[in-house]
Amino acid sequence: MFNSDFFTFLKPKNELEKLPSERSNGNERPFIPESLLIKCPECKKMMLSSDLAENKRVCVHCNHHFRMSARERIAVTVDEGSFVEINGDMTSKNIINFPEYTWKLANAKNRSGENEAVITGICTINGYKTVLFVMDSNFMMGSMGTVTGEKITCAFEYASEHHLPVIGFTVSGGARMQEGILSLMQMAKTSGAVKRHSDKGLLYITVLTDPTTGGVTASFAMEGDIILSEPHVLIAFAGPRVIEQTIRQKLPKDFQSAEFLQTKGFVDAIVSRAKMKEVLGKLLMIHGYKNTLSVQEEKEEILPDDTTAEEDIE
Amino acid sequence: MKAVERVMAARASNRMTATDYINALTGGTFLEFHGDRRYADDRAIKAGLGMIDNIPVTIIGLEKGKNTQERVARNFGSAHPEGYRKALRLMKQAEKFRRPVLCLVDTSGAFCGIGAEERGQGQAIAENLMEMMTLKTPILSILIGEGGSGGALALAVANEVWMLENAVYSVISPEGCASILWKDANKMAEAAQCLRMTSHDLLTMEVIERIIPEPEDDKAEFFATLKEQIIETLCQYQTMTDEELTENRYNRFRKYGQTVKIYSFEESNV
Repeated sequence: MFNSDFFTFLKPKNELEKLPSERSNGNERPFIPESLLIKCPECKKMMLSSDLAENKRVCVHCNHHFRMSARERIAVTVDEGSFVEINGDMTSKNIINFPEYTWKLANAKNRSGENEAVITGICTINGYKTVLFVMDSNFMMGSMGTVTGEKITCAFEYASEHHLPVIGFTVSGGARMQEGILSLMQMAKTSGAVKRHSDKGLLYITVLTDPTTGGVTASFAMEGDIILSEPHVLIAFAGPRVIEQTIRQKLPKDFQSAEFLQTKGFVDAIVSRAKMKEVLGKLLMIHGYKNTLSVQEEKEEILPDDTTAEEDIE
Repeated sequence: MKAVERVMAARASNRMTATDYINALTGGTFLEFHGDRRYADDRAIKAGLGMIDNIPVTIIGLEKGKNTQERVARNFGSAHPEGYRKALRLMKQAEKFRRPVLCLVDTSGAFCGIGAEERGQGQAIAENLMEMMTLKTPILSILIGEGGSGGALALAVANEVWMLENAVYSVISPEGCASILWKDANKMAEAAQCLRMTSHDLLTMEVIERIIPEPEDDKAEFFATLKEQIIETLCQYQTMTDEELTENRYNRFRKYGQTVKIYSFEESNV
């Protein structure tokens, strides 16, 4: 997304980095099916999809951070096997009978394999127990509907009750307009839950991922005690296109990037994906949370809570 | 009336603005205060102190302006971050003296521009949402015209939210909704209907507590009734303890989406 013009002019250094069709002589190297190759949108170089996955979906050439699903995010962030999902069955309905929303929801579920645009649960990160929520851009661009807001609110309430910190990875196109005003109300509701958690002296860290915009920026994304961001993330209240239409001028090139927002004073630190887990663990340690090796023994304790919440929502 | 007609009524250039309400309710006792003590004074928000009968009230109004010159000066009622920060500063001041807060909401939305983004529009709104939720003094918000998304909500995390009958309140403008969903801003009438942004629909969804009938020719009577209702409500909340007040406000918003409820609306006004 950034500096792409610059990198476009760099010629591939070897044959493998070219598209298969561009290669001068296909016989010189083993044939790799195109489906196994991925082109970096930033540096335009090719890499094996398995290499990309192994590198936490960060380009092996230029360090460009690819978007990732919530499940992939959880897998690279939490201690293996420690994640226990809460309210996984909660799912949105077409509450104000908005045209095409029922179909769009079904499509989003199919596409993402998730029930909602956020996954919530508890886990350990380098041994530190925390409540975690991770938004998913594959589900209606991470838009915030009533169930998204409800799951996040429940996560904060659970953390408040159990004296746990909260870590939240945000990615969102904003409030979900197909749920009308009730999606707007989620901004107030989640903010209230954040405030109550905060008033108990508990830690909340937000990690902004690409893109974090609209109603999510104007609520819980910007309410962390500590606001971290991945590199080159778009962070905005109004997206660049909306602003360009409003003021009728082109925006500066990296306006609204994480780096730009940091210079303006809205992001504490930009942390690469490779370092994220370590930094989060360190922050939990510094805030005095105790290091447990596993949350397995507490699964029994969570499950009854989980069941009640699901009954409520049906 | 169709939803789109109410949208037009809410935006009408001859509609009463926050200043009309402030003058009528405070009877000339209003003192305007300026600035967020950090960056600037945002004239899209008119805020200060006044007496509503014998009750001192902090009043914060989104003001669109009366004529072209004033509208430009007030940025057509679209506030920048410093506007929301001024509002929060005065709310904190109200909390200190346990003075009730009255917010008058009339905006097409928080401003979208370079300066607004650079100074943290999202962060300013987010902070208001958080801080208003636990403000230890009663808050009453009245939507008098347009309630445009986060820019309106940032002054509407209240114990009660009322709405003029022809005011509208929505997560996105009907034009914005139509152009995103159907790539056609001309379908705004359809979008206005689908978004359920009228006072009657919002009452059905319990997003507002009360619909205020539009003023007829006799404005004096309209304001006398409104004043009475405001005083009654503020006095009622003023007797609550801090905890009851903030609990009331939290629960008011906690209920949205706590259970998945399918709403059905009266379609008589279509």
